[in-house]
Formats: sequence, structure tokens, C-alpha cells
Amino acid sequence: MSNARVNRESRGSRTAAMALMLLLAIYFLLPIYFLIVAATKPQGDLATTNGLAFSHFNLFDNLRVLFTRSDGIFGRWAVNTVIYAVLGAAVGTLISALCGYALAKFRFRGREFLFSVILGGVLVPTTALALPLFLLFSATGIVNTYLAVFLPSIVSPFGVYLARIFANAAVPQELIESARLDGAGEFRTFFSVSFRLMTPALVTIFLFQFVAIWNNFFLPMVMLQKESLFPITLGLYQWNGQTARAPLLQQSVITGSLVSIVPVIIVFILLQRFWRTGLAAGSLK
Amino acid sequence: MTDLAARTTRVVTPPKGRRRLPDGGGPRAGTITAFLLPFFLPFVLFYLVPVGYALWQSFRAVHRTGGQYGTSYTSFGGFEQYQKVFENTEFWSSIGRIGLFGVVQVPVMLFVALIMALLLDTPLLKLKSVFRMTAFMPYAVPGVIAAIMWSYLYSPQLSPVVDLLNGIGLDPDFLGPGAVLWSAANISTWLWTGYNMLIMYSALQSIPQELYEAAKLDGASNWAIAWRIKVPIIAPSIVLTTVFSIIGTLQLYAEPAVLRQISSNISSTFTPNMLAYAVASGNNYQQAAAISVVIAVITFVLSFGFMRLTSKRAGL
Repeated sequence: MSNARVNRESRGSRTAAMALMLLLAIYFLLPIYFLIVAATKPQGDLATTNGLAFSHFNLFDNLRVLFTRSDGIFGRWAVNTVIYAVLGAAVGTLISALCGYALAKFRFRGREFLFSVILGGVLVPTTALALPLFLLFSATGIVNTYLAVFLPSIVSPFGVYLARIFANAAVPQELIESARLDGAGEFRTFFSVSFRLMTPALVTIFLFQFVAIWNNFFLPMVMLQKESLFPITLGLYQWNGQTARAPLLQQSVITGSLVSIVPVIIVFILLQRFWRTGLAAGSLK
Repeated sequence: MTDLAARTTRVVTPPKGRRRLPDGGGPRAGTITAFLLPFFLPFVLFYLVPVGYALWQSFRAVHRTGGQYGTSYTSFGGFEQYQKVFENTEFWSSIGRIGLFGVVQVPVMLFVALIMALLLDTPLLKLKSVFRMTAFMPYAVPGVIAAIMWSYLYSPQLSPVVDLLNGIGLDPDFLGPGAVLWSAANISTWLWTGYNMLIMYSALQSIPQELYEAAKLDGASNWAIAWRIKVPIIAPSIVLTTVFSIIGTLQLYAEPAVLRQISSNISSTFTPNMLAYAVASGNNYQQAAAISVVIAVITFVLSFGFMRLTSKRAGL
């Protein structure tokens, strides 16, 4: 009898679980679906047709308008975003890896102290740094330049924290010792042996830092006035603020939003296994 | 000091005689420094120095010589800026607003994330990886773009959701004075539920299955196993996601700033960070610094307080 009861219970809960998850999936997909539909419509159809149904397929025209508007400024913003977020995360990952590796594998005085300073840094929200950084940078004259956004972006205490955990887990001490006995310098050992062992971990660190920079709106907002230096987020924000005066911008804001999130979503899905290792390590502490 | 010692001995002795640190094994101090410096130099310059600079600024004040039209200069002002922060009603209403937001949004979001993580960890579901990815997808969307997407779904002229609700006789105003805070909360929930779910799910996945074999043999339901065994084990992850959410809530800027572009019910001082930015835009840097410091202190107190509270209750 207990078998029948368990079966009934689990069939009921199966249906309930599926229903709940489907509902949540619709919730998560709805804005993205809306964006896809809206990006294919001509501006005039946005307000007059059902937002969830396709109308005239105008995507290619919308893309052309998006990329030619104001002398192709959107393309410029896309390039800037790559510089800030992709290049910034790459440089950031490298310096985090060097530091985390040293903290994991070298023994020296003050190591634990340095590590706890870095851990404290993990809790400092980047938005809290933006205004004081602006004041410092205006004193040194690098406000309103690429460096003003790029330099603060490469620093990721969380990346060092992850790199230390990963270096401990992925690089056996004996391997380093034997490389030393073979006469390899520490940097050579790092780049030819340890770096390769840590590669999956480094992808994770890169992804986390990419998202942090991609998401950090406040820093470029505070630092940049020159449109040609904007990342996509700041550019779209500015356009979005002008739609009341220039309603035709609306379609470009929508198409631009879609164009900027699609590549990131695809990369995220392709690399999803790296997220899980990182999130598991992040929750260890 | 050891660094200096290492460098001097290196000059005296040939490279072969590598100086080792007192605790034995490992590379020279100079090499260690070379590994650490590429991170620590920018870390000090762009993390620690700004924190120190904000503190210093917050203790300064603009004074004038010779009355209202005299020349102004900044000098030590003691707690003057902090006193102004505490007397600023806009500051307190932004804190109150964000407090209300956090007290509701954070538990709702984390509860949904926990339910999803637990369901994904049972044999009840099919298409698990599809559900997992769908929930995680918003994490790829920056706050500004998420807020732009949702603002179209809130807008009375364009939103299919408003159309739908009108169709069944409801007349929602997502951007009205009472609703706009919750419309912003919804954007945060949409953005971060999947991320928090994945943290909890990763923790669940690392629990060895044998732990609940015994409970299963005793006839415990999936429900009981979830709440009595799994949730207590992943409690540290839940605490971690809560702390991250508290920090995130107090820093809120992009989402309300975007909604402000379409709703007059969001003031320029809606959240503490928006207030700090507005004050800094008015060139009152000392006051903006003091506001930033107070926000940071509140963030630290709340996140550490929460960690202390939960670890005490768990009897650790």
C-alpha cells in the first residue's frame, strides 16, 4: 500500500513541480521574448500591434538604422565594451591568477594578512568606489579617458580569492618542486605548467570579472562625458533618456539591447559548466 | 624588509646562492613580489586609496572668509558632514525606501531560488538543464538593459502585459507612486534569482547522496528530506546569497535610474546611491563622500550582523 501512496504522491508532486518550473521559465523568458519580437518590428508597429506577436519583419532595416545612427556611434560603443569588459577581464584574470597562485603556493611572511585584506576588498561594493575614484582621477586628469574606466575594472579581489582556491586544488606542490629542481624559474613554471592546469579555473574567473565589468554602470556613468568613450550600457541609457524628445530612437534602443545581449547569452550557455565550478567554490567560504 | 635584505644579498652573492626565506622552501622575495605586485599595485591605487580618500574628504568642509561673498577654502570640518547626512531627510527616506525594498525583495527572491534549486535536485523534474539555463540567462543581461526591457513591459502605451491585464478588466499602473518601487524590485528579482539558485544548486550537488539514503529507507518524503536535511546543509550558501543580496540592494542605482526616465514617481534621490550622485553632481564632494561612507558602513554592519546572527543561531 505504501508503494501506491508514494506513487500517487510523486505523480502529484511531479505535475506541481513541472507546472511551477514552467511558470518561472515563462517569467524569465518573457522580457527576452518581448525584446526579440519588438526588435523585428518597424517603429510604427511598437505601440499599435500586440507586443507578443510578430508583425512586419523589419529587423534588418532596424539593424541598419542602429549601426548608422549618429555616424555609427553604436559600433563604437560595442568596440568600447569589448575593450572595457573583454580586455579588462583578460588582464584582470592574469593579475588575479599571478597573485592568487603566489598566495596559494609560496610561503612568505604576511601572506595571511594580505589575503585577509583582499577578502575585505571582496565586500567593498564597486559603486562605493566610483565617486572617490572620480575625485582622484579628476585631480590627475584621467577623467573622461579610456583609462578612467579600464584601470579600476581590472582589479577583482574575488578573482584573487577564486585563483587561490583553484591553484590549491589544481596545481600539485610536487610538480612545482620538480620544476624548480629542473632549474625552471618561478615565472616559467607558472606559465608553462601551472597556467595550463589552472585554465578551466581561469575561464571561470574571466567570466565572473567580465560580468562584473559588463554590469558596472555607475563607474562609466561617473567617469565619462565623451560619447565616443561610452560602453553600450551607458550609450543605450542615454538614448533611452532621449526617446521622449526623439521617439524614433525607441526602435534603436530595443534593437541595440537585443544586439548586445545575444552574444553574451550564447557565450554563457556554451561555457555554462565553468559557472558551476566557480559558484561552488564561491559558496565554500 | 625581507625584500630589501634579499635584494642586497643578491647583489653581493652570485645568483646561485639563492636566498631562501626563514620558513624555508620557495622562491626569493623579489620573485614573490613580482607575482603579487601586478594585482596589488592597482588594488591599492583603485581600491584602498579611494576608500581612504573618501574618508578624508568626509571630514573636510568648505568654509568662507569674509561672509557670503568671500573666498571659499576647504579645511578640517570634523563631523560636520556626517551631522548633515544624519539631518538630511532625503537621506533617511532613501534608506527607508531601500530598506522596505530589501526586506521584501531579498526573502522573496531567495525563497524562489531555493525552491527552484531543491526541485532541480529531485528526480521530480524533466528538462532540468533547460530550466537551469533559462533561470540563469538574465545574469547575462546588465541591469541597465534589463531595466530598459522591463520598462517597455511596464509602459502603458507599449506593454503587452498591461494590454493583457486590461483585457481581463484590471487597470494596473506599474509606474504609479505606490507601485514603482515594486516594479524596480521585480527587475532585481528577475536578474538575480537564477544566479542565487545556481549557488544553492551547486551546494546541493556537492552533498553526498548517501546522506539521505538512510532517511529514504525510513520512508521520509522528498519534502521532508529537502527541508530537514538539504536546507540545513546548504545554510552557509543561503547566508552567502543573503549577504550578497543585502550588499546589492544598498548599492541599487541602474534600475531605478532607468525607470526614472519614464516615471515621474522616482526622484533623483530615490536610492542612497542616487542621492550620493546627485549631491556630487552639485559639486558638494565632501557631503557626497560622507554619504558614501555612511552607506558603506551600513552595508558592512548589516552583512556582518547577518552573518554573526546566523552563525550564532546555528550554534557555531
